Amino acid sequence: MIYVGQRLLRAILLLAGVSALCFLFTEMAPGSFFDEMRLNPQISPETISALRAHYGLDQPLAVRYGRWMKSALHADFGYSIAYNMPVAPLLWKRTQNTLLLTTTALLLTWFISVPLGVWTANWREGLLDKTVTLASSFVISVPELVIAVAVLAVAVRWRLAPIGGMTSTDFDGLSEWTKLQDLTRHLALPVLILAVCESAVIVRHIRASMVEALDAPYVHAARGFGIRRARLLFRHALSAAANPAISLLGFSLAGLLSGSLLVEVVCGWPGLGPLILEATLSRDLYLVIGGIMFSALFMVGGNLVADVMLLAFDPRIRREGTNAD
Amino acid sequence: MRTKTLALVAVIVGLHLVLLFAGFFAPYDAASQNRDQPYAPPTRLHFINASGFHLRPFVYAWTANTSSNQPGAYSETRSVEYPLHFFVRGSSYKLVGIYETSLHLFGVDEPGRIFLWGTDGYGRDEFSRVLYGGQISVAAGITATLIALLLGCILGVIAGYYGRWVDESLMGVTELFLSLPWLYFLLGLRAFLPLHLSAIETFFLLTGVIGMIGWARPARLIRGLVLSLRSRNYVLAARGFGASDFYVLRRHILPETFGLLLTQAALLVPRYIAAEVMLSFFGLGVTEPIPSWGNMLGALQQYSILVSYAWLLAPAGALVVTSVLYSSLADVFHSRLESSLT
Repeated sequence: MIYVGQRLLRAILLLAGVSALCFLFTEMAPGSFFDEMRLNPQISPETISALRAHYGLDQPLAVRYGRWMKSALHADFGYSIAYNMPVAPLLWKRTQNTLLLTTTALLLTWFISVPLGVWTANWREGLLDKTVTLASSFVISVPELVIAVAVLAVAVRWRLAPIGGMTSTDFDGLSEWTKLQDLTRHLALPVLILAVCESAVIVRHIRASMVEALDAPYVHAARGFGIRRARLLFRHALSAAANPAISLLGFSLAGLLSGSLLVEVVCGWPGLGPLILEATLSRDLYLVIGGIMFSALFMVGGNLVADVMLLAFDPRIRREGTNAD
Repeated sequence: MRTKTLALVAVIVGLHLVLLFAGFFAPYDAASQNRDQPYAPPTRLHFINASGFHLRPFVYAWTANTSSNQPGAYSETRSVEYPLHFFVRGSSYKLVGIYETSLHLFGVDEPGRIFLWGTDGYGRDEFSRVLYGGQISVAAGITATLIALLLGCILGVIAGYYGRWVDESLMGVTELFLSLPWLYFLLGLRAFLPLHLSAIETFFLLTGVIGMIGWARPARLIRGLVLSLRSRNYVLAARGFGASDFYVLRRHILPETFGLLLTQAALLVPRYIAAEVMLSFFGLGVTEPIPSWGNMLGALQQYSILVSYAWLLAPAGALVVTSVLYSSLADVFHSRLESSLT
């Protein structure tokens, strides 16, 4: 429990640090949302300063940060100037879409990489191992943007999957079952791009930790006792290799989040990514800060989940935790 | 193994030289437009005409099919042949920004045009633009890497060498930077900076932003290395003889970090090239009329263009080649580093 508490404290500190960093940058930044308005002769300087006061932008940095912090604790992340509505509901709606995309991609990634990693570690230097190593090093070195654009080009050219948005235009009129089908088809491309990029990284790590586990003396001993290959692989080696793999889960969530921003924009998936991009282009300050905070929240949350899972799976950490008492 | 490494280095140096001397290798200026030839497909090189085989290739002019509504439907006008010449005089440019000349590696006589990789929507030569755009993108990647490594090296050495609270606070900050989804952070940081800037300002802003986000990982690695170097016998001996911190750092610590820095550089350059490409793709980086691989690919955000004009993917191809080359280089450096440590 102490262990989880420590991790939680760390996560909260991190989030506070991120938000402080955001505010620091806003202070250093030269332009603002009202710059374009100022150029407009029809809007008087008084109107602009009144607007600034209305949004609380005339206050010094520390005051603004304190206020924001206070309201953020009540799940209120400020007010979007461009959308003219509170940031939190705006972000929350998009967040659900991003979460749907990333969790599906995460599941698919692990569904692909765990068996592949185990297989290639078991039959080292085999044909599949060589292919996977080559393919993964290629995918890792090629930028995600290129992969996304290439997959998209192929999909659009041969009309393999619908692109843009989450649903077809006649979505509301469909029955439950066809709704699900429609959603799945729209989900297919972005999930595929994300899963391919992410699997390339994860497979390597799983293979490496499996190789290490398979070479360990106790696995040799188990083999000597005549334990079957499959049981050896999945019961003995995989559970020992699970530790680095689970800490990877937290990391891979980070990769997925950054990757999903790009994929969302390229594929037109209405998640956090396009919203943040728009906000960036229109300099909608609180929306940007809120978006960064949300994404940081997921990452920290993902790492926390990974930590708790580690605690559940790895007796060594549990023992350390009790020793620390 | 050695010849392989040498070949790799030669190819990488060659690529950079081609980009550096883009003006010479590109037949046209990056901005010169042929409004009558938008989305022209790559010009075909011919060797055979009615009078037989020619060693010197020649090209035909593209004529737009006026009957078709879609731009990009072209046919060759076989009446006039334009033979390909090497070392021709064309539009003048400044070689490496200094020496003014008009010499180009290849070209065809006016009014003929040679578009090796086709043209974009304004009829600009894609091949020339990939070369000129590569200058911007690769330079941005290298500059950002230098910034990140410089910051990372200074902070990492300080954290590793002085230890205690300096180390703890600095490593706390690196954890902060490492735990952010970097792309969101990059966008956010970009959001706080003005959108419309001159080209030079944008370039340095962009590389500064990328470098400022990227320093954390190298700082961590260098800190770990310095931490282990600090307690080596020769360092302890030097300090026992009364060597100053500065002397120990300069003489014993910094030279040892060189291999790590080189490996990191080879890893980071392609990543930061990709970062520049991404920001420019989103319209937040280098903007028209200056070409960069990112804003060239940005045109493909329209699905109709993406499907119809495959040659506009050329910057993506260039990006792939550059990234693969750099990551092979990083592998070489990495295995050298490993073998030198053991």
